Amino acid sequence: MTASKDQFLNNPLGQTTTLDDVLADFDFLDDWEERYAYIIDLGKQLPAFPDDDRVEENYVHGCQSQVWLIHHYDETSGKLFLLIDSDAMIVRGLAAIILVALNGKTPRELLATDIDELFEQLDLFRHISPTRGNGLRAMVGKIRDIAAAEAAD
Amino acid sequence: MSDLSMATKTKTFDVNAIRQDFPILSQEVNGKPLVYLDNGASAQKPQAVLDAMDRYYREMHSNVHRGAHTLGDRATTAFEGARETVRAFLNAGSTREIVWTRGTTEAINLVANGLAPRLKEGDEILVSHMEHHANIVPWQMIAERTGAKVVPIQVTPEGELDMASFTSLLNDRTRILAITHVSNVLGTVNPIAPLIEQAKKQGVLTLIDGAQAVPHFQPDVQALGCDFYVFSSHKLFGPTGIGALYGRAELLEEMPPYQGGGEMIERVSFERTTWNVLPYKFEAGTPAIAEAVGLAAAIDYLNNLDRAAMEAAESALLQRANELVETVPGMSIIGTARRKVPVMSFKIEGLHPSDIGTLLDQQGIAIRTGHHCAMPLMDFYGVPGTARASFAFYNTQQEVEKLFTGLQKIQRLFT
Repeated sequence: MTASKDQFLNNPLGQTTTLDDVLADFDFLDDWEERYAYIIDLGKQLPAFPDDDRVEENYVHGCQSQVWLIHHYDETSGKLFLLIDSDAMIVRGLAAIILVALNGKTPRELLATDIDELFEQLDLFRHISPTRGNGLRAMVGKIRDIAAAEAAD
Repeated sequence: MSDLSMATKTKTFDVNAIRQDFPILSQEVNGKPLVYLDNGASAQKPQAVLDAMDRYYREMHSNVHRGAHTLGDRATTAFEGARETVRAFLNAGSTREIVWTRGTTEAINLVANGLAPRLKEGDEILVSHMEHHANIVPWQMIAERTGAKVVPIQVTPEGELDMASFTSLLNDRTRILAITHVSNVLGTVNPIAPLIEQAKKQGVLTLIDGAQAVPHFQPDVQALGCDFYVFSSHKLFGPTGIGALYGRAELLEEMPPYQGGGEMIERVSFERTTWNVLPYKFEAGTPAIAEAVGLAAAIDYLNNLDRAAMEAAESALLQRANELVETVPGMSIIGTARRKVPVMSFKIEGLHPSDIGTLLDQQGIAIRTGHHCAMPLMDFYGVPGTARASFAFYNTQQEVEKLFTGLQKIQRLFT
């Protein structure tokens, strides 16, 4: 089965878990171990990703880990909902941060959000910089393309 | 003290002194002392290499083989001197048999193109399942052009070459055996001498990919009897952008040029152009002169080390790493061949290689993660990739221990 509408709408990231929550939590983390333990925990909040959606068209071509991304545009609210999955835990955690910032927004709000700046602020920019072949940059690019397409409709 | 004992005394191996020769090693990364364990991807350069290249540009740079002025003579002398250094390093018979290339990859492409005229429909090119893509893809491209077929020799679960597979695949259709001396993923040292011997008996040409071998030990191409031996400078503690191809003169003579341009010609006219002599026939355009000088400096540097002591120290690093594997629950080694260079591919249950790489980097430890340009081998082991620590002679026992302390820390983060 592919993802149902409810699976999209019930993704807590960006909705019940907000960007302010994450920024506040990050303030309390002292060293790299605490920071990455937190990122790994965030990754565990990614909702289950339907097996039938693990197909080529949903695959984000990065370098090392496998990343899948699907979306649902909710006509009623005019908001864009996203689901992401990866087989690497750190990538899952970083994807969760991206979702906290971008999920459940209107395409226009989404396009106005500066992910690079957020990652800079969290001192995680190196993970999203073009020199890292981990697929995160491709992931953000794909989300923005989806939002741009929906905004144009 | 006799002169002889003085001479042997100059060859020493003291890892702490050696580390002082590599300026890049004494820095901090992410607030921790750098532990560089990605030597299989590219090795660091001693001060002697940096100095040789700097001096070349300051004192002797000019184009080579153009004559007419003093700088040109100096540059040519340094450049051709470097070729002689590589010849001696490989124990080739003549500098005519040493061709500069951009690296291993270009050298294999050059040979594949040069041997293409010998190939026809139904011919077979034997490679192994543990090859780097650079020793697979150029042959596939030539196979596509000629109708020949690329056939892989199987690998055992331990990561050794399956000799029964080799024997059964070597047949009267085999034209070329292209095989790695040392596996970049597994560290396996392949028994290339008997392979070459058997191939030669059948009139099969042999190319040995020495990229991962030369940083650890010195091959002797005449003793091996291979037709081609290729390596890259940057893995041998020299600069990037240059490598060398050893080819038997008779075959190099037969092979058509790889690229056309300046330097590789004897005479050009619109009616008929003729090729320069070996090795220049294969060196179109202005070569990487400073890089050749840098590579020679790297080889000179290695020649001044006690190679036997260096190899023993490298084995001790690998042995220490093997001993420590059990301190990380769920960790297992991929590639447990009997003869290995100090390269350790591994996986840890429940962790993706990229997680391991990212979290070691936080601790200043550099390793490689991913498919290592050896996707067929990853498929064989059924893994998306591995984490790989590859050691060099400048690594210490303490660094090996730091790697394992780092892995234990990572594992705690996930539990």
